[in-house]
Amino acid sequence: MKKTDQILFFAFSVCILFLPLILKESYILHVFVFIGINTMLAIALNLLLGYAGQISLGQGALYGLGAYISAILSAKYGVNPWLGMGVSAVIVSAVAFIVGFPILKLRGHYLAMATLGLGIILYIIFNETVDWTGGPSGFPGIPNLKLGSLTFDNDVANFYLVWFFALITMFLALNLYQSRIGRALRAVSDSEVAARIMGVDAWLLKVKIFAASAFISSLAGSLYAHTVTFIAPASFGFNFSVELLTMVVVGGLGSVFGSFLGAAILTLLPEWLRVFHDFDIVIYGLLLILIMMFMPRGLAGLVSHLKAKVYVESK
Amino acid sequence: MLKVSNVSKNFGGVAALRGVSLTISKGTIAGIIGPNGAGKTTLFNIISGLYPQDEGEVFLEERNISFLSPEKLVRLGLVRTFQNLELFGRMTVLENVMVGLHTKSSSGLLSCALRLPKQRKEEKRIVEEAWKCLELCGLAEVAEKEAASLPLGQGRLLEVARALATEPKIILMDEPAAGLNTRETTGVADLIRKIRDMGITVVLVEHDMELVMEVCDHISVLNLGQKLAEGSPREIQDNSAVINAYLGED
Amino acid sequence: MESSAQIFQYILSGLANGSIYGIIGFGFAIIFNATGIINFAQGEFVMLGGMVTVFLLSLLQWPLVYCILLAILLTLIVGIIFERLAVNPLKDASPITIVIITIGASIFIRGIAMLVWGKDTYPLPSFSGDTAINLGGATIMPQHLWILGLTCIIIILNRLFFYHTIYGKAMRACSVNPKAAGLAGINVRAMVLISFAISSALGALAGIIIAPLTLTSYDVGIMLGLKGFCAAIIGGMGSGMGAVLGGFVLGILESLGAGLISAGYKDAIAFIVLLAILFFRPGGLLGRSGIERV
Ligand SMILES: Nc1ncnc2c1ncn2[C@@H]1O[C@H](COP(=O)(O)OP(=O)(O)OP(=O)(O)O)[C@@H](O)[C@H]1O
Ligand SMILES: [Mg+2]
Repeated sequence: MKKTDQILFFAFSVCILFLPLILKESYILHVFVFIGINTMLAIALNLLLGYAGQISLGQGALYGLGAYISAILSAKYGVNPWLGMGVSAVIVSAVAFIVGFPILKLRGHYLAMATLGLGIILYIIFNETVDWTGGPSGFPGIPNLKLGSLTFDNDVANFYLVWFFALITMFLALNLYQSRIGRALRAVSDSEVAARIMGVDAWLLKVKIFAASAFISSLAGSLYAHTVTFIAPASFGFNFSVELLTMVVVGGLGSVFGSFLGAAILTLLPEWLRVFHDFDIVIYGLLLILIMMFMPRGLAGLVSHLKAKVYVESK
Repeated sequence: MLKVSNVSKNFGGVAALRGVSLTISKGTIAGIIGPNGAGKTTLFNIISGLYPQDEGEVFLEERNISFLSPEKLVRLGLVRTFQNLELFGRMTVLENVMVGLHTKSSSGLLSCALRLPKQRKEEKRIVEEAWKCLELCGLAEVAEKEAASLPLGQGRLLEVARALATEPKIILMDEPAAGLNTRETTGVADLIRKIRDMGITVVLVEHDMELVMEVCDHISVLNLGQKLAEGSPREIQDNSAVINAYLGED
Repeated sequence: MESSAQIFQYILSGLANGSIYGIIGFGFAIIFNATGIINFAQGEFVMLGGMVTVFLLSLLQWPLVYCILLAILLTLIVGIIFERLAVNPLKDASPITIVIITIGASIFIRGIAMLVWGKDTYPLPSFSGDTAINLGGATIMPQHLWILGLTCIIIILNRLFFYHTIYGKAMRACSVNPKAAGLAGINVRAMVLISFAISSALGALAGIIIAPLTLTSYDVGIMLGLKGFCAAIIGGMGSGMGAVLGGFVLGILESLGAGLISAGYKDAIAFIVLLAILFFRPGGLLGRSGIERV
């Protein structure tokens, strides 16, 4: 990790730590729980899209798979939720690892279509296996996580729970960026042939990072299931995958802090602007088009651009 | 060192290579020349494992390397550069070379994400070795620049620096001097000799005849996918078939 | 045990739905051949066709034919605007950028449709009544005949256009080798524009002729678009005819699957087929995506 990122990450963590003291039991704190979950999901997608240059339109379904497996294990079989969370992350990343081999042979448009197809198949399964998932009407009664005598059933506890995982995710992703594997991923993104000539097994690496991305998404799904205690397929459909894509693009491809910004903005906007609720997909659509055209590095790119400008002018 | 035996390749109707055989001896600079579309790059693509050949075999130090993937070949000591630069454009020059050290390091996904002490030590070593390559190729001043922002001359050098970082036994260079001015070309010539003196075999595809004649120990000529001639630079210069191929037969 | 009449019935309705997928897939193929782009907004043209017709019908009270023609024209204009604003400025953007932009355009159009017409579903009257015709134990709706007939006409027109008009020939030249076509004096960018125009019109037509059978709403474009893509992949992106045949295959598989296995998984069939083809023929059944050139 670069020095500046280290400092930034440290400062960020401190802010998060003290946020509940400032916000108290307010509604915003509640929203921040979801910002944390979405940050994890955006980073998971960013590992693929921003680091390795591989698109996935099935992220929402991987997230859902994690949520459902956790829910089924804990509510139907009485498995300890912590254990269930770990088990579902392992299962989901194993699934991703296996389907990743054929899927990540594909490139560009075909990869987009294949991941989209995978997402829709999973979505249909969530809806149709009514005995397991409760179908379209949802899965109620998922137990909260517990730690000793502490039950994660209120906003403050959930906030710390989710952000514990979100910060770890950010930390690991930041480390990865400036490392042997991070460079190999970015090399694959810039020129796959040259990366292979340099000895990077591009295919295997893409599959591995897809599995890692699925692992994180699944954890986020389990956290969602155990904090909200009710899940339904609608949260894990194509629209949500597109929303995640928008978060990553708005924040900036390849930027970890950008993923947080994207997640925060797209989670807060609908809360702040009531009108936004009707316009949401119109706005996502416009954001995707405009940012890709005029600001392809997103907010993170804008920030570093401004920083460079200030630096030059102060000289 | 490297032996190409009877290799053929078709693209749809185009016969890019037709039964080409070559032998390149260790420690030499071997030139491959030929008019545009002769099949030089296609030959490199096949040797370096990017395309499968339709027929024929390739041997590296007696070992049959036909159909091995590029990521395996680099571990056996074979690497190449690209005629149309394939740099990692959004990474810095230093990082580009560090990717070249991929096979000389071993940290996995987890130890990278966790930044384990062993990984940090390895990272330090990678940086040091990458700097050495940059200095060798005269790119130290631009180490922190984004690769996409380099002018062509430095871009071509970076292709070479990145390839050298893999510590190859043999390096295939696809037109390292194309589009460069005379001063830059002289630099490339010096660098090629330096590489040979390090004990690395060089295979050079190049259109700049002066450069080829000056540095190469042995030259093969391709035309329309077939080997037209081979020999010392002297012999090639005097070969009438070669002269015809270049000037166009009547 | 299902009777043979029932199977026949499944095949008939499979053919009708398959025609729709085929026409949509044809639209994908036209744009792909002209630009190398898979247009994720293709399904929205389909949705617009149906929705605009419904809207015009209630607004203008004109005869159905005029409303249909006007709806196709309006969708075509949307297609042209889309090309000018979102695709034309891209030039040599990376596939990821293009995918994201066409997805953006797709949800933008869908969102606007939702704002204008709400989330309700709308019916469109059948072109010539709803009296079922009996056909060897199976029944067929007049609308099915319309769909099959129009599909045949489209295939014939396509053949005439691409093989017997100067524009069609120029477009085929562009798809084989845009650079060479450009050098030969063909205006490649104009061909791209034409491909979007044709493709959006085809999409609209597909959306209109299926609307009487399935109703229509602001979000029908996702599924129909994806199935159209699937049809194009099955048949090979190279030719329009292939897409139509791919559509038939998909339509029949789907209706047999829904009838004999489970209706709930009907939509999954298209994607399982799609994944299977992408897996076993990486790069698709099409010729183009072969090996990357370096
Ligand atoms: N991936 C490919 N697909 C189709 N045809 C190809 C491909 N690669 C090369 N060719 C064709 O093979 C022939 C040989 O091309 P190649 O690039 O090997 O020539 P070259 O000798 O490197 O030429 P230059 O000096 O211009 O670089 C040409 O006709 C070219 O069009
Ligand atoms: Mg060449």
